[in-house]
This record gives sequence, structure tokens and C-alpha cells, in this order.
Amino acid sequence: MNVLVFAELSEGKIKSSAAEAIAFARGITDKVSVAVLGNADEAGLAALGKYGATKVIWANDERLNAGIIQAYASVISQIFTATQADILVAADSSLATPVAARVAVKQQASMATNVVQVPDLSAGFEVKRSIFTGKAFARVALTKPKKVITIKKNAAEIKEYSLTASVEAFKPELSDSDFSIRITSTEKATGHILLPEADIVVSGGRGMKGPEHWGMLEELARVLNAATGCSKPVSDMGWRPHHEHVGQTGVKVAPQLYIAVGISGAIQHLAGVNSSKCIVVINKDPDAPFFKAADYGIVGDAFEIIPKLTEAIKAAQ
Amino acid sequence: MKILVCISHVPDTTSRISFTDNNTRFDATGVQFIIGPYDDYALARAVELKESAEATVTVLNVGLAETEPTLRKALAIGADEAIRVNAQPADAFFVATQIAAQARTGQYDLILMGRESIDYNGGIVHAMVGEMLGIPSVSPVMKLEIEGNMAKLAREIEGGKEYLEAPLPLVLGCQEPIAEWKIPNMRGIMSARTKPLHVVEPVAADSGVELKQYELPPPKGAVKLIPAEQVQELVRLLKQEAKVL
Ligand SMILES: Cc1cc2nc3c(=O)[nH]c(=O)nc-3n(C[C@H](O)[C@H](O)[C@H](O)COP(=O)(O)OP(=O)(O)OC[C@H]3O[C@@H](n4cnc5c(N)ncnc54)[C@H](O)[C@@H]3O)c2cc1C
Ligand SMILES: Nc1ncnc2c1ncn2[C@@H]1O[C@H](COP(=O)(O)O)[C@@H](O)[C@H]1O
Repeated sequence: MNVLVFAELSEGKIKSSAAEAIAFARGITDKVSVAVLGNADEAGLAALGKYGATKVIWANDERLNAGIIQAYASVISQIFTATQADILVAADSSLATPVAARVAVKQQASMATNVVQVPDLSAGFEVKRSIFTGKAFARVALTKPKKVITIKKNAAEIKEYSLTASVEAFKPELSDSDFSIRITSTEKATGHILLPEADIVVSGGRGMKGPEHWGMLEELARVLNAATGCSKPVSDMGWRPHHEHVGQTGVKVAPQLYIAVGISGAIQHLAGVNSSKCIVVINKDPDAPFFKAADYGIVGDAFEIIPKLTEAIKAAQ
Repeated sequence: MKILVCISHVPDTTSRISFTDNNTRFDATGVQFIIGPYDDYALARAVELKESAEATVTVLNVGLAETEPTLRKALAIGADEAIRVNAQPADAFFVATQIAAQARTGQYDLILMGRESIDYNGGIVHAMVGEMLGIPSVSPVMKLEIEGNMAKLAREIEGGKEYLEAPLPLVLGCQEPIAEWKIPNMRGIMSARTKPLHVVEPVAADSGVELKQYELPPPKGAVKLIPAEQVQELVRLLKQEAKVL
């Protein structure tokens, strides 16, 4: 079986989620090729061998520096055909998931998104995916010969190999119609840890009383090397940007540690956090529903607890 | 302008999820079904465009007869007509094939969907429909303005936003704040009863995905409460017990 991984770049560097996609592919086969599109740091490509990639196929074309969905789908489908791949694997993202869906149509493949663990292939090709916004799972069989799989964070455990991947250039065929969409500008927080990829998330709710109090959460996040999140009303009121809102209608996170401060724990918020390994809740109301979904909790006033917690973590580091 | 809005018929966001028949069937007992929350944003924007861009709005669902109240609700919110493709929505590829077939017949300028369904959470039907029709697709869209034959869009990306221009026809997966949810008023509810709801049979499509079994996550153990004056103890537990620091 040949597995092709689509590794996404961010500012010329391979995104950390690609390591999980490669680890996932390695769980299926030893022959893992990785497709990389656009200008990239070449040394970084060969280093993908460290995660288990045997070959990197690089379409180093500057028209591919911006993530245009149709163009990406066209090129990845060409690489899929050229490498005689059976399976495409990518980490779910705002770019990779739609790209993979278009490849699935082009290749007439079975497709599953939100896959949460490396499949056990002994009973046919079955994968486990998250459904009902994290409230349940479904085991589904992918019945067509070709398969396209996109994975959720933490679907595979990253292992290290002493391999160097060979890097091959790929000349894609591109047509103007692939570029009918034009990105006119981008606004992106730089130097921040991205919420969907973060290992630790510090999240605040309406209990924080106002945007002027976010400094203490940001300080806690900085000390923990964490991303910041929030509840929906907080982003609705404009206290925090929309892309930080966690839950059913926002970002679904899957960190090692989720710290919820002044969030009541409505079912729609929990839907975005229930893949977290460990949940800590800080709320002044002992009956807040979030405590039922938590591993550890402190009942008390966030404004007193957060600065003390930050100090205690610094002291323990 | 002709707009097609594709709506899923899904359990209310507060529903407790459970399964029957040896975990092979969703248990709908006592569950309230709604228009998918993201699809509701798409519908709201489409209804706004009826006025500003002289659009007509068709809503479409791939589902069995039980989804008709959901389609009627969309008519009450302001859609002009509804289509139900009479089939169980087997998977994203199957649903996309049905939508693409209806889109070819109807020649829509804009096909609006939600960014994802909240039952299946695929997030891919829009991209598949775009591919099947050979037109662009963009998701998740937070802002949509039509200027002549072009759409001006804002799309959410990890950690920010991207602004785009795209030619029509176009498929979009929508999310807030593209428009505010609309609640049907009495006049809307009355007129929805007489608006056309066409039932059409599905076209052939093999799904490629077969459900084997559902599973619920293991129940969560009881929370460990730490007194507010002992934050050091929380740090110790996170380090030594949970091993997440
Ligand atoms: C269709 C739909 C989709 C939704 N999607 C989402 C979603 O994706 N994400 C989301 O978050 N919500 C979502 N919601 C909204 C959700 O139902 C809740 O309204 C929301 O999560 C509540 O936010 P909150 O916990 O910040 O505020 P509140 O419910 O007001 O809770 C504030 C909490 O802060 C505590 N508090 C107050 N002061 C202090 C203090 N000094 N110290 C410590 N604690 C304090 C209070 O005890 C309370 O528990 C959705 C709703 C609907 C209908
Ligand atoms: N059965 C269905 N009928 C009509 N539209 C649907 C159906 N299922 C999904 N959709 C549309 O496709 C979008 C994405 O769905 P999904 O790919 O399942 O997450 C939804 O938000 C709907 O707009």
C-alpha cells in the first residue's frame, strides 16, 4: 500500500500537524511519501524523514505559495496519480480538509474526516471518526479501493526515525481556472500559538467581566506556552476575536490541558473541548455545569486565583 | 440571481446523543430536530440577498419525509421554494452527488451551505459539490457581498482571516457573523404552508462509506476539587498525576 501525506506549510515551514499525519500514515504502511506545495525550506523537507517519511514530492511553484483550494486539489491529485498512491492522509485544517475533499471526488475515493486513531486493518479498512461535535464516535468502513482520510489532532503518536527523506521535484500542470479565486489580503496573528494546534489552552468566559481583564489570562498562557480561547458570548461581544471562540459553533480543540476560567460549561461550549486530555475549571459557582466535565476544579474568584496560579506555575518551572 | 441553500436536518445542539440496535442506529426518541446552525446562517444571508440582490431562494435537503417540517421552517424564514431529495443521506459523497444534480438542473448563481453539519461534522459537502460542478468553493465564510458577477468574501483561517474575491457561480460554506439567524414570523409561517415543496427521487451514487458501529466516549470520572487557597496543590497534581505540565 502506498500512502501519500499532504503536509501543509505555514510561512515556508512545515506545520507541526504534518508530523501527526505522517505518524498516522506510518501506522498503515512503511512507504510514506509526502507532498509539499509552494516555496519551502529544503533542509526542512529532507528532515521529514525523522517522522517516518521516505520520500518528499515537492511542487516548488510560487503560484502555490497561497493556499488556493482548487489549485492545491489539482496538484495533489496529480501527485496521487503519479505516485500510484492508494491513500491520502492530511491533518484537518481550513485548507487541507476542502482540498482533500476535492481530491476524493477527482480520485473517486472513499473519504472520512475527523479521524481520531490509526486504523486496525485486520478487519477490513475501518476508521474511527468523531461525530456529533465530539459527543460520539462512529466506526466506518471505507469501501472504495482509494481512500482519503483527514485526521483530528492527537490521532497518532509521533515517533522518531533515523531516516532522511529523498526530495523529488514535481512539475505540476496548472490552469488559469484553478486560480479564479484571488486572495486580496490576510489578517493573521503572528507569534501566537494557534488555538487548534495548542497543547495547552487557557480559555475565559463571561465571568471575566470584560476585555480589560484578559491580561491575566494572557500572562498565564504565556507562562504555560499556551494559546488563549474564549466562550461564544465573549467573542460575540467583541472582547476577543472570533477565531478564539471555542465550541459547537467555534474551534474544536484537543489539547493536553484545557483551563476554563469563568465559563459556565454550556453543552455547546463543552462540544468544542471534550477531546481535551485534562480539563481544569475555575468558577465561583460550585454548581456550574462545567465541573461535571472537569478533571480538576477550583471553586472561587478567578481574579484572585489566576495571578496566584501563574505564580505557582512559575515557581514550579 | 438564483440562490440554492442546502440545509441539514440535525438534532438540536442541546440534545443528549444515544444509540439503539446494538449501537448501529441513532436514537431519535425525544430529540428535537433543527436546521443545522451553520446552515441557518447561510439561509439568513440568502434571505437578506433576496432584497439587496433581487434573488430567489430555493432550499434543498437530502432526507426522508421526516425532514419536511425543517424545510417548511426554512420556507417560513423566507425561502421561496423547497426541494427534498427523497433519500437517506448516506455520506458526504452521496449527498454532494444529489446536490450537484439539482444544481445542474436549477442553474444557481450561488450555492450556500453551512461550514459543517453538526451530526456528521464532515465539513466537506461544499467542496465536493464545487468539484463536481467544476466551480470554486470557499469555507468557512464570515462575510459575503455580491458585486455584479463577483463575490467579496472573508474566510476564517487558523489564527485570523483571509479576504477573497471569487467569480460566480460559487459554492460557500457559511458561519457567523455572515448574518443573524432569522426567526419565522406569523406571516412567514402562514405563507410557508402554500409555498412549493418538490419531492424528487435521488440519482444513482455509491457512497463508499459504510457505518459499522457508533460509540459513546467513556464516562468522565468525578472532578477533584482543590481548595482556592491551595493552587500549588493543583500545579503538583497537573505535573505528577495528570502529567500534562
Ligand atoms: C446553537 C448554539 C450554538 C452555540 N455555540 C457555542 C459555542 O460554540 N461556544 C460557546 O462557548 N457557547 C456557545 N453557545 C452559547 C452557550 O449556550 C452559552 O450561552 C455560553 O457558552 C455561555 O458562555 P459563558 O460560560 O462565558 O457565560 P455564562 O454562562 O454567563 O457563564 C459565566 C460563568 O462565569 C462564572 N463567574 C462569574 N464571575 C466569576 C468570577 N469572578 N470568577 C470565576 N467565575 C466567575 C459564573 O459562575 C458563570 O458560571 C451556543 C448556543 C447556541 C444556542
Ligand atoms: N442531507 C443534507 N441535505 C442538504 N444539505 C446537506 C445535507 N448534509 C449536509 N448538507 C450541507 O452540507 C454542509 C456541510 O456538511 P458536512 O460536510 O456533512 O459537514 C451542511 O452545513 C449543509 O449545508
